[in-house]
Amino acid sequence: MTPVCGLDRIDRESGVTALVEGHAVAIFRTYDDQVFALSNFDPFGRAGVLARGIVGTRGDVSFVASPLHKQAFDLRTGQCLDDPTVSVASYEVEVRDGQVLVGGRRR
Amino acid sequence: MTDQEQPHRRQQLVVVGHGMVGHRLVEAAIERGLTETHDITVLGAEARPAYDRVALTSFFEVGAKALNLLPRGRYDDPRVSLRTGVEVVAVSPRQRIVTLNTGEDMHYDELVLATGSYPFVPPVPGKDLDNVFVYRTIEDLEAIRKAARKARSGAVIGGGLLGLEAANALSQLGLETHVVELAPRLMAVQVDAAGGRTLSRHIEALGLSVHTGAMTEAILGPDRAGRVTGLALKDRKALDVDIVVFSAGIRPQDALGRAAELVVAERGGILVDERCRTSEEHIYAIGECAAPGGVMYGLVAPGYAMAEVVVDTLLGGEGTFEGADMSTKLKLLGVDVASFGDAHGTTEGALELTYADDVAGVYKKLVIAEDPEDGTRRLLGGVLVGDASAYGVLRPMAASGLPLPDNPEDLILPAGGGGGVALALPADAQVCSCNNVTKGEIEAAVDAGCETAADVTRQTRAGATCGSCKTQVKKIVEDHFAAQGRTVDRSLCEHFPLTRAELFDVVLIHGHRTFDQIVEAHGTGRGCDICRPTVASILASQLNGHVLARENRTLQDTNDAYLANLQRNGTYSVVPRIPGGEITPEKLIVIGEVARDFGLYTKITGGQRIDLLGARTEQLPAIWRRLVDAGFESGHAYGKALRTVKSCVGSTWCRYGVQDSVGLAIMLELRYRGLRSPHKLKGGVSGCARECAEARGKDFGVIATEKGWNLYVGGNGGAVPAHAQLLAGDLATEDLVRYLDRFLMYYIRTADRLQRTSTWIDQLDGGLDRVREVVVDDVLGLGTELEAAMAQHVDCYVDEWTATLEDPDKLARFVSFVNAPDLPDPAISFDTARDQIVPAPAAVDLGASIPVGAGR
Ligand SMILES: Cc1cc2nc3c(=O)[nH]c(=O)nc-3n(C[C@H](O)[C@H](O)[C@H](O)COP(=O)(O)OP(=O)(O)OC[C@H]3O[C@@H](n4cnc5c(N)ncnc54)[C@H](O)[C@@H]3O)c2cc1C
Repeated sequence: MTPVCGLDRIDRESGVTALVEGHAVAIFRTYDDQVFALSNFDPFGRAGVLARGIVGTRGDVSFVASPLHKQAFDLRTGQCLDDPTVSVASYEVEVRDGQVLVGGRRR
Repeated sequence: MTDQEQPHRRQQLVVVGHGMVGHRLVEAAIERGLTETHDITVLGAEARPAYDRVALTSFFEVGAKALNLLPRGRYDDPRVSLRTGVEVVAVSPRQRIVTLNTGEDMHYDELVLATGSYPFVPPVPGKDLDNVFVYRTIEDLEAIRKAARKARSGAVIGGGLLGLEAANALSQLGLETHVVELAPRLMAVQVDAAGGRTLSRHIEALGLSVHTGAMTEAILGPDRAGRVTGLALKDRKALDVDIVVFSAGIRPQDALGRAAELVVAERGGILVDERCRTSEEHIYAIGECAAPGGVMYGLVAPGYAMAEVVVDTLLGGEGTFEGADMSTKLKLLGVDVASFGDAHGTTEGALELTYADDVAGVYKKLVIAEDPEDGTRRLLGGVLVGDASAYGVLRPMAASGLPLPDNPEDLILPAGGGGGVALALPADAQVCSCNNVTKGEIEAAVDAGCETAADVTRQTRAGATCGSCKTQVKKIVEDHFAAQGRTVDRSLCEHFPLTRAELFDVVLIHGHRTFDQIVEAHGTGRGCDICRPTVASILASQLNGHVLARENRTLQDTNDAYLANLQRNGTYSVVPRIPGGEITPEKLIVIGEVARDFGLYTKITGGQRIDLLGARTEQLPAIWRRLVDAGFESGHAYGKALRTVKSCVGSTWCRYGVQDSVGLAIMLELRYRGLRSPHKLKGGVSGCARECAEARGKDFGVIATEKGWNLYVGGNGGAVPAHAQLLAGDLATEDLVRYLDRFLMYYIRTADRLQRTSTWIDQLDGGLDRVREVVVDDVLGLGTELEAAMAQHVDCYVDEWTATLEDPDKLARFVSFVNAPDLPDPAISFDTARDQIVPAPAAVDLGASIPVGAGR
């Protein structure tokens, strides 16, 4: 796993972009300090922007809304909540000793 | 080409007659933008501007002021000039000139005759004696009132609609009053014999004497002072009266047209086609002086429709006048009288269904046709006296020729009438007769997304002309909602069961400062892309804190979060503020140098500033360092906030300018810069009536006048453009600023999320009038509070970019990658077009799953 930054670099309910093995990965931290990692690439707007989206909840699901056209993606899975046929990749991620580590792309 | 360059290109529209219909024409012309291309001159023979002639009788109670249709004595649109007390004495169609009684000649490109009608006075001996009057103008009523002071009794000759109005007036003035009518009944045009009898009884019960079937032979007199002494009637005893009022019908005022050899209808009135055009191409006639298809209409609504048609024609529209419904509903001497459709049952085979209650003084008649084949019955028309409450339902039924229910008597029996029946109106029933809108069209507008009756009116024009069907429209909208089990949900989103305005109040009252406090107290969950930026905006409006302050920065949309506008490829645009569009050469050079050094694309915006595009996140601080050092500050192009106040060059340079528009625009832009609002806000200031700054296309627009400033509000461009409407005129700068402070704060407090000022005004109960009450008249007593809120904004303003550059915590966000802060994102690349950068198409990320054929 690749260490990318300290957890304190990520505001609660927001994201940062990290470069992990040549891929732009969006790392999010929720209100209750869970950390998730998705591909930064927004498949609708076709640009690397997801880390800059607003983080919120729909029911119990934490999501990020693309800053381009507001489609929502489930932080846990990368599934688009507005269009079941679209999803983005999600990554293994964990926090160890206050450091955020990103692993491989989930299947 | 601007007007400034081509002043002679403007068309001259001359309107003769400033009565109800002439006035309506000007209003429609202003509202629909005809004054953008036409200067309008209105010439009225009466000494005063147009007044509500329909309500003339109320003059004795309310006075002339209340009847005035143009209380300020002039139109707010400076391109309209009104001259009262001047009469047009001749029209020369070939030279396109009108001649005034002052001897002046005036050129026109298009001429509209709206000269109305005059009372017909039959050639009875004695008609020229003193104390013989007609009943048409305020001056007539003033004279009648004066004479009544020394009189005991009076007679009205004519028992039609206007005659009864006049009789009402005499009796209100304390005179013993007689009504003399040649026909066997009162209001012979509108009601049948039985209805007329019911009406007579009502009127006699009020103490008036009704003489029907009575022919006036002579007016008796004079007495020693030259006045009337009585009325001689054929085969009846003479009446002893001190005053006589003629109300024996009206005649179209078509003398100008006749003299100019326009074609005149057989029974009088200037003949016009369905475009209201006379036999001369550039002359139109509307209102009571016109006879469309040979018919003269003695009511105001058809005149209004004609006015709209002419404006539409001059705008290149297709509108036509298709004849008018002569239905009437009025209250005469406190008695409801209505008549609609074929009130006299003249249609072949028509049946009548009547209901009469002599004790209550109620008479109702329906005229019905029965289909000989299938037996269905249709309503053709009717008469209602004493209780006209069913008119709202019956008139559209008759107008649309709908089949009647099995028990039509329910429609006029006392227990029936009213509400329940409205539901029974079928979809093709015409609800708005002015604009020909059916119930079905209203419901379709609701289905297509209209949320309120006001939306429906805007969409379909139902209720937009005379307004008499507005309650009906509202009811249909509400019933339609109810029928679908739908209530209008105005919650912001799933997290807050409140509207933005309600949330604004809650935050203000409780003094909340963070999203956590607000969502814990008033919402659920952790918010979303709708409520989080809304809360951010509300907090910014109330507290004026920095948008990137730690506690609230995760609420900001990405534009606010990076103090720049996100573009399609993930880069940002940078827009430094250029107040009023005025900039020094030195500063222009700095912008050029920054753009060159950072390789940015540059473009001039519509708001008179310069957009620098293609900046990467990590470049933004360095770009702004250079700009701030050169004296620039944030232009808030990224915010739902004040954008720009555009200006024309103004009186300093322009030879047409009458005020310093640039100076005012800069002052306003600096005053309101950084003000967060429900949607973006734009302003404009024009230095003269030529309006080169396009101020009326802005949320607030200021146009210079000789005496000060006119303030317009509620304009915008975009997909649904709106012209700003006049809020107040001829203001001193100080008052202008005060009204603007109040207006903007009132909007910020009460508008919905992403609601521009135009829609906000439309949806306020009372619309622009309400805004004026609150902002100008201060009826809510909020004025000082709103001004204080704006003063706080002005005092607390700091430039967001300067503050960001000074704070390492805020700057830490401006990186490409958290673990490689200065490495440009390899996914962003550019091509070149016309010597500048443009975004290159992005490569597809392999991790994403997108169905074939999806995407953009
Ligand atoms: C007492 C009363 C009650 C009424 N009640 C109703 C009602 O209940 N419902 C209804 O629908 N209608 C009613 N009417 C009729 C209604 O008022 C008219 O239909 C309406 O005013 C017609 O408008 P207009 O502009 O065509 O004419 P007007 O309002 O008469 O205006 C014409 C104007 O042109 C001016 N003018 C004429 N010649 C010249 C010239 N050569 N140069 C310059 N100016 C000129 C006149 O001075 C006048 O000011 C009523 C009328 C009266 C008098």
